[in-house]
Amino acid sequence: MKGMTIIVKKTTQLICGIVFLYGVYVIIHGHLTPGGGFAGGVIVAGSFILLILAFGSDFMHLTREETGSTITENFGVLVALIIALTGMALGTKVFFLNWLPKGKVGELISAGVIPLYNIFVGIEVAASILTIFLALLIFKEELTR
Amino acid sequence: MEVALSVILILMILGAIFAIHAKDLLSAVISCSIVGYGLVICFLLLNAPDLAIVQIVVETITLVIMVAVVLDCTREEPFTKPDPQGYINIAAAVIIVVAIFFFLKGATGSLDKFGEGTLRMAKYYIEGAAEKTGSANLVTGVVFDFRGYDTLGEATVLVTAVIGVLTILRIKGKK
Repeated sequence: MKGMTIIVKKTTQLICGIVFLYGVYVIIHGHLTPGGGFAGGVIVAGSFILLILAFGSDFMHLTREETGSTITENFGVLVALIIALTGMALGTKVFFLNWLPKGKVGELISAGVIPLYNIFVGIEVAASILTIFLALLIFKEELTR
Repeated sequence: MEVALSVILILMILGAIFAIHAKDLLSAVISCSIVGYGLVICFLLLNAPDLAIVQIVVETITLVIMVAVVLDCTREEPFTKPDPQGYINIAAAVIIVVAIFFFLKGATGSLDKFGEGTLRMAKYYIEGAAEKTGSANLVTGVVFDFRGYDTLGEATVLVTAVIGVLTILRIKGKK
């Protein structure tokens, strides 16, 4: 697909990094402030979608990105499942056990394994939304060829 | 607050009705997003910033994707003749709405007042949840600790949806 005008491209260059960083912030601070893996992941995916829409991309790049995002998505949900299973590996019979030390409430590194779930669910959600968007784009490109 | 909520709800219903009857597909998509953004304001008024963030982000991304899709298809709605059985459908809908309102009126009398009263389960979650999970944000504590199965299901549903999209939108394999 083709890109947009130079005004859109310049604005995207200025905004895109900030949007990405805000998504990462929402994911990492998910256990302290409102937000979390699901909201932050969609914001991160939004920054990628903004880039693709503004600058355009050709067919080869799109298929390569789709392969990468599919692998990333499956990796994210698999690691979240493995973290949930680690409690069982430690000898207890509890799925989703919060076995790491809790720390002080309100600090960035606290709450045991909850930030890890947040991070990997965020990766998974971002890659999923991006994969759906790329699949739609690739479908359109294949139809026009 | 209930007055503000009612005004926003009426606006959302108007937007949804306009989305059905709009001639142009693009204006239908945009007026449909009135429902989503009105819901964001409702969540903010009800002190639920977590839901509001998720709703506003998802609504924006969906709107962008829908606009990108709509711009490439035929935007004019094809003309269809009015259905002769339409009056029967409308009458059935009105009767069902009246019946639902009648039973809802009876059911809401036995509920607690708006915004008051928590369930037993919710009380257990609220009391000392920060100490139990170590998470300052109570919603994340509930989502990833007390209700871990539920969240795992949500993540898996998303993966399944992506697999479904990839399966349907594939031209090479169909040939």
